[in-house]
Amino acid sequence: MKHALLFACLMLLSIAAMAIDQERRFDDPELQARYEHLISEVRCLQCQNQSIKDSNVTLAADLRREIARMIDEGKTDEEIADFLVTRYGEFALYRPRMTGKTLVLWIVPFLLVLLGVFALVRVVRHRVALPVGDDSDERQDP
Amino acid sequence: MNRFVWPLIAVAALLVFLVMGLRHGDPRALPSPFIGKPAPEFELPTLKNPEVTVGTDNLAGKYALVNVWATWCVMCRSEHPFLMQLAQRKAIPIYGINWRDSRPDAIRWLDQLGDPYVASAYDEDGRVGIDWGVYGAPETFLIDPEGTVIYKHLGPLDPQVWEREFVARMNQREADQ
Repeated sequence: MKHALLFACLMLLSIAAMAIDQERRFDDPELQARYEHLISEVRCLQCQNQSIKDSNVTLAADLRREIARMIDEGKTDEEIADFLVTRYGEFALYRPRMTGKTLVLWIVPFLLVLLGVFALVRVVRHRVALPVGDDSDERQDP
Repeated sequence: MNRFVWPLIAVAALLVFLVMGLRHGDPRALPSPFIGKPAPEFELPTLKNPEVTVGTDNLAGKYALVNVWATWCVMCRSEHPFLMQLAQRKAIPIYGINWRDSRPDAIRWLDQLGDPYVASAYDEDGRVGIDWGVYGAPETFLIDPEGTVIYKHLGPLDPQVWEREFVARMNQREADQ
């Protein structure tokens, strides 16, 4: 009985194993880590909110194959990113590189945070400057 | 009253961006990085005869369409009659890239529905598709006589799209010269 239960549990676990398709494995763990990292950083163009690591569509599989091939050929991460960007644009990378075109993407969030801090400081200063008990600023209606 | 001015301006600015974003059209459409650049080099066996190849060399010296299609692609079926019309009118030579498809299925498709292509390249493993930045079918590229990509259309062609996007661009380019 105990064995049957264990067997049943193992059968359930095997469903997860089926999800791992005939994926490329590298013998060198360092290359494997690079491969896994690269494919998690590339957007699947057909299913735009997934990385090609998570996607099962054919284009994602093709791109994984191409990336594995380039790693085999000894290409650097930079060269692999270039390969994708010349074909699909910066959009293919989850973290677009800092170039003239994408500079605004990188700078605007920091500018917005600065603006928020500036506004906050102004509001707090203004409140502090009010005499205690004077809440005229809060409620202007009679 | 004054204290409401800035938030109002901020909200108005956000609304402007929202409307711009909504009017932008298909949010999944990506601009092709190839516009204004030479068409990516390729050479592949043709669909109908593996002994013969077709590639970038065949495109030289004329306006041409490169149409990415496959038998599994539903929208390709819907644009097919219009491609046949273009071919019958001899409007422009159409080269196909049969993308990640089965050769017998693709040949049967052309036999049954008609073959609008001067030739179709058979891109079995999708390598050339990647080189052309293809991420869905159908996609249609307009190539000028110098071999430069001047437009890429995502989705099926129809008479309106043809006049508005393709013919207009060819006329524009001729006028510029």
